[in-house]
Amino acid sequence: MNIHEYQGKAVLKEFGAPVAEGVAIFSADEAEAAAKSLPGPLWVVKSQIHAGGRGKGKFKELGPDAKGGVRLAFSLEEVTAHAKEMLGNTLVTAQTGEGGKVVNRLYIEDGADIERELYLSILVDRTVGRPAFVVSTEGGMDIEAVAHDTPEKIITLPIDPETGVTEADSKKLCDALELTGVAAEDGMKLFPILHKAFVEKDMALLEVNPLIVMKDGHLRVLDAKVSFDGNALFRHDDIMALRDETEEDAKEIEASKYDLAYVALDGDIGCMVNGAGLAMATMDIIKLYGAEPANFLDVGGGASKEKVTAAFKIITSDPNVKGILVNIFGGIMRCDVIAEGVIAAVQEVGLQVPLVVRLEGTNVELGKKIINESGLNVIAADDLDDAAQKIVKAVKGGA
Amino acid sequence: MSILVNKDTKIIVQGLTGKTGTFHTEQALEYYGTKMVAGVHPKKGGESWSSGLESAAELPIFASVGEAKEATGADASVVYVPPAGAAAAIIEAIDAEIPFIVCITEGIPVADMVKVKAKLEKSKSRLLGPNCPGILTPEECKIGIMPGSIFKKGSVGVVSRSGTLTYEAVFQTSNAGLGQTTAVGIGGDPVKGTEFIDVLEMFLADDETQSIIMIGEIGGSAEEEAAQFLKDEAKKGRKKPMAGFIAGRTAPPGRTMGHAGAVISGGKGGAEDKIAAMEEAGIKVSPSPAKLGETLLEVLKG
Repeated sequence: MNIHEYQGKAVLKEFGAPVAEGVAIFSADEAEAAAKSLPGPLWVVKSQIHAGGRGKGKFKELGPDAKGGVRLAFSLEEVTAHAKEMLGNTLVTAQTGEGGKVVNRLYIEDGADIERELYLSILVDRTVGRPAFVVSTEGGMDIEAVAHDTPEKIITLPIDPETGVTEADSKKLCDALELTGVAAEDGMKLFPILHKAFVEKDMALLEVNPLIVMKDGHLRVLDAKVSFDGNALFRHDDIMALRDETEEDAKEIEASKYDLAYVALDGDIGCMVNGAGLAMATMDIIKLYGAEPANFLDVGGGASKEKVTAAFKIITSDPNVKGILVNIFGGIMRCDVIAEGVIAAVQEVGLQVPLVVRLEGTNVELGKKIINESGLNVIAADDLDDAAQKIVKAVKGGA
Repeated sequence: MSILVNKDTKIIVQGLTGKTGTFHTEQALEYYGTKMVAGVHPKKGGESWSSGLESAAELPIFASVGEAKEATGADASVVYVPPAGAAAAIIEAIDAEIPFIVCITEGIPVADMVKVKAKLEKSKSRLLGPNCPGILTPEECKIGIMPGSIFKKGSVGVVSRSGTLTYEAVFQTSNAGLGQTTAVGIGGDPVKGTEFIDVLEMFLADDETQSIIMIGEIGGSAEEEAAQFLKDEAKKGRKKPMAGFIAGRTAPPGRTMGHAGAVISGGKGGAEDKIAAMEEAGIKVSPSPAKLGETLLEVLKG
């Protein structure tokens, strides 16, 4: 689960990390009061959306010469003017896709005198199965470009979960970031703090880009991108409260209510599959036969009839869907349960597009019988290959 | 031969008394009499569990893994405990020095698995999973949730990160007349016990395994590491015919595709790099998940 920058900074501040003072606002009327409550004379007005690349992003509704999603302001009037221009408009960045995201929240932050910009992140390094710091002196830029062009400038340091960040670890990180004097003193305090926040809050990613050295020598967390391990949210009610559903796809929110793994995509063939690997493979085979999947959907292992019905309804609610492929290899998932769920959904919402069903595994004969006797216009498939070809043909033939 | 489990493997169940544990223990007992020997439940020690099937098998329940191991001489444990308590269950099995632990549970927090992994590295135990379908040696032993009916005793070793794609590989090699020595699902989580390399090493060493199917997916670099391992072993003259598949060629970057570990992030973990690495290691990678059996047959024909 992702949260906004200002929320991430508030979480880090609880642990004692140095962040600037700031105020989140939801309307331009609040801008002046927010700015007045900060020291000034420099403010930063930052769009709060769940995507990176905001500074270089462009607002759809404004001209190409308009400023991006993160702006400096040198007076209270300027803060308000920016807020009026940004709120309610659609920001398109390298990470949002062409559609962009509507900016509903802004963060007004106290400006900083920047001496150097650094990169720091913590994530679980799966090759060693431990959280690891990833740091670079090349902060403030696209870290993927740095990794590609100058991989030697990125340093990874895994942390032993039994000892946490040791003094030796912190020293290594200071050296890697070329911190000296006051900045090094700050670093020795900051690294264990960030690691503690990462572990205690079950973060999946903590990215500070940039971490800055200010003109007075101190370190400050200038940006914070924080996401959490969805599997651990059950033990963090405080984090769950930070969820912003306006940032998520409506179909994905509906799917999460039924514990379905669903990802909306751009194609026109809806898929319902059991198992994440088979669901991805089903998308792949659709593409192999020249069409595009409309979604990833894993109904999981022990799905009930109700869950299958909900899944089917979510797929059919996507107006782009021109055909549906149900692909089930039953292990724990019984084919008869799938068949009943599909039929119940069709009876409820109707079926306007071709439907291909491939069933295999546990109770396959019973599942096939239920589908055949339902009188529904279902195209039966013998195996995965047959199923993919049939749905692609049905959709393309109808175009 | 087979790898890791056979007809003599004695298994205890952590989380036996729940619905999932009960169902799959019944299925295992039905599968060529897999030796399920006991259950563990901290509050139900001394009670017993009975299967709802005709055979009406009864298993004793012990209060701890240690007691169960001592009483039964179990050499494996399977964990069906729900996510919040699953890591503690695995650690209990590690502390009791159970040689082989299989964790089926899906949805364990990554931070919990980090602790398990640290513990595991200093132990005598091997962990398979979590978030995996388990392991099955045809006509001998079934641990986990794989459907026994699609298996056939034979010569192919199957190793996969995905549950249902394991079934595809098994089903297709059964239909192709090849059958399997053992099928191993290593699971889709980012931090886990057994990796591809561990299983490949065992398949290379097993005389009855004459060919191997390896199924990976996007995310991480385990497939690339496995490919490097195979290249190094081939230089030493250890090599078997292999077919493979990578799921997620069409997955968009930055989105987690069901499995916590299946995500292309930071420009890493994409399907094309993995396929290239595997091809370079001599694995014939099928472009279609429906042609795993066919592809392996082609490799075997040379």
